[in-house]
Amino acid sequence: MTAQDINALQSLNSKAEIKGRSLWSDAMQRLMMNKAAITSLVILIIITLMVIIAPAFSPFEFDEIDWDLILTPPNIENRHIFGTDAIGRDLFVRTLYGGRISLMIGVIATLVSLLIGISYGATAGYLGGKTDAVMMRIVDILYAMPFMFFVILLMVFFGRNIYLIFIAIGAINWLDMARIVRGQTLSLKRKEFVEAAVACGVSTPRIILRHIVPNLLGIVVVYVTLTIPQVILVESFLSFLGLGVQEPDTSWGALVNEGAQDMEIAPWALLFPAGFLATTLFCFNFIGDGLRDALDPKDR
Amino acid sequence: MLRYTLRRFLGAWPTLLILMTMAFFMMRAAPGGPFDTEKTLAPEIQANLDKKYHLDEPLIKQYGRYLYDLAQGDFGPSFQYKDYSVNELIATGFPVSLRLGGTAIILAFFIGSLLGTIAALRQNTATDYTVMATAMTGISIPNFVLAPLLILLFAVNLQWLPAGGWNDGAFKNTILPIIALTLPYVAYISRLMRSSMIEVLRSNPIRTARAKGLPEHTVILRHAMKPALLPVISFLGPATAGIITGSVVIEQIFGIPGLGRYFVQGALNRDYTLVMGVVVFYGVLIILFNIIVDVVYALLDPKVRY
Repeated sequence: MTAQDINALQSLNSKAEIKGRSLWSDAMQRLMMNKAAITSLVILIIITLMVIIAPAFSPFEFDEIDWDLILTPPNIENRHIFGTDAIGRDLFVRTLYGGRISLMIGVIATLVSLLIGISYGATAGYLGGKTDAVMMRIVDILYAMPFMFFVILLMVFFGRNIYLIFIAIGAINWLDMARIVRGQTLSLKRKEFVEAAVACGVSTPRIILRHIVPNLLGIVVVYVTLTIPQVILVESFLSFLGLGVQEPDTSWGALVNEGAQDMEIAPWALLFPAGFLATTLFCFNFIGDGLRDALDPKDR
Repeated sequence: MLRYTLRRFLGAWPTLLILMTMAFFMMRAAPGGPFDTEKTLAPEIQANLDKKYHLDEPLIKQYGRYLYDLAQGDFGPSFQYKDYSVNELIATGFPVSLRLGGTAIILAFFIGSLLGTIAALRQNTATDYTVMATAMTGISIPNFVLAPLLILLFAVNLQWLPAGGWNDGAFKNTILPIIALTLPYVAYISRLMRSSMIEVLRSNPIRTARAKGLPEHTVILRHAMKPALLPVISFLGPATAGIITGSVVIEQIFGIPGLGRYFVQGALNRDYTLVMGVVVFYGVLIILFNIIVDVVYALLDPKVRY
């Protein structure tokens, strides 16, 4: 073997070390190309940061009442940059504070539904057979129920408790998740690595947890970004009816409701919270769409 | 086909039973009875009231009585509107809600599939982007935000249309509520239709139809439309449920005397039988509609075996 050959072999070797393109890096690249999704992501991060940090910098508290400044229009001089509401509370702080609650409910309730949905769907899909049939039949039965009405009933009967909202909304949303996860699990469990795990004598719960669930991640991520806006919507809907978050706490839905009552004389009380709510939902939907296209680019 | 339909009907019974059972026990588990007022009633009056509404019997017996009455289509008396039975309230409220909701679902179906088809045929052009951006806006603006905005624009500022009220169903009074109710679903359906149409247009049967030299409109209307509509048809079930839920808010905002408004009033007044009645009534309606959608789907889709 000549020195030239060795050199050629070495250069070939170093070329072989060029990083392969995984599903994720591929998807990431496609997502980066999607301007709408990236813009939405940036806007959403800004809104989230505003909601978390900005109230601390405002000179007003979210429940601070000023009877001298009722329904004043946005005004930079008196530092009520979004104006005030019907009892003189600063709308800027209230909008952001309401956003904090709306986003928090969105994320936590989605996590609740995620937890139930993944464990239920993965178990049903992996075990298969009769267990699967029974478990999915239960999902079918629950699926046909008008759950929104039940959430309203829950709120009416057991008081307007914020934790109840998490549980109620989470308990509705897991059904979709369970169906999607089960479908995915059915195809995953025939893959070689699962067979290998079975051959090694790994226990069933461990296979589900270590080998099935991590591979569900892609579809779950997409679904989470599409569930969060749905949950925010449900919470806003309840708060709009006066059944959600209670005074002096607030959420975007509750603020829209209050704003709608005074909209003829004070449209800003409706427009600011409505704008924030719609923008947030808009961004989540765009990101969800972008992620779906990035992970499964068949529609483009 | 008939057997499939029958089987779907039988399959709906467990859902129905769970619905009623959950509704009943939730109602009974709730703290605070329907007769709790500011002043306490004399024990005799309380006892008489309990007796009249059978609240003094053991729970399981009440449950049996409740199911028995429901099986006969009797929702019982309203606790709040003393002179009316829940059946009578539903009978006055439902036609109004049906007109709103029915128009909304029909409009959403036709406009949505039309827009979706147009967007799919002009994929990745300005038309496509405009339709899809509008659809995204429609999805992101909830109907309870859209409705006040519509009122603000068309009733308060432009003064073209009334801001609310029903006025015995005058056309002018129905325009804004129907728009608010329909728009989000036009958006959903057009998105659904676009992606399914794009997929169908790439399929082999369509290539064959084109290869035969059929004119484009025949290809679209006769060959692509039917399979492309399938996902939209199966979405009609959830869409109906959504529109019914949405009508609760819309009726509240516009002050329309429909069933949704009774529901909210009943919920706020703790009128248990009324609220329960509406839930069960709408639940049955949604379940029935889902069955119809399934059967229609099975009729249209040659891949479904029954």
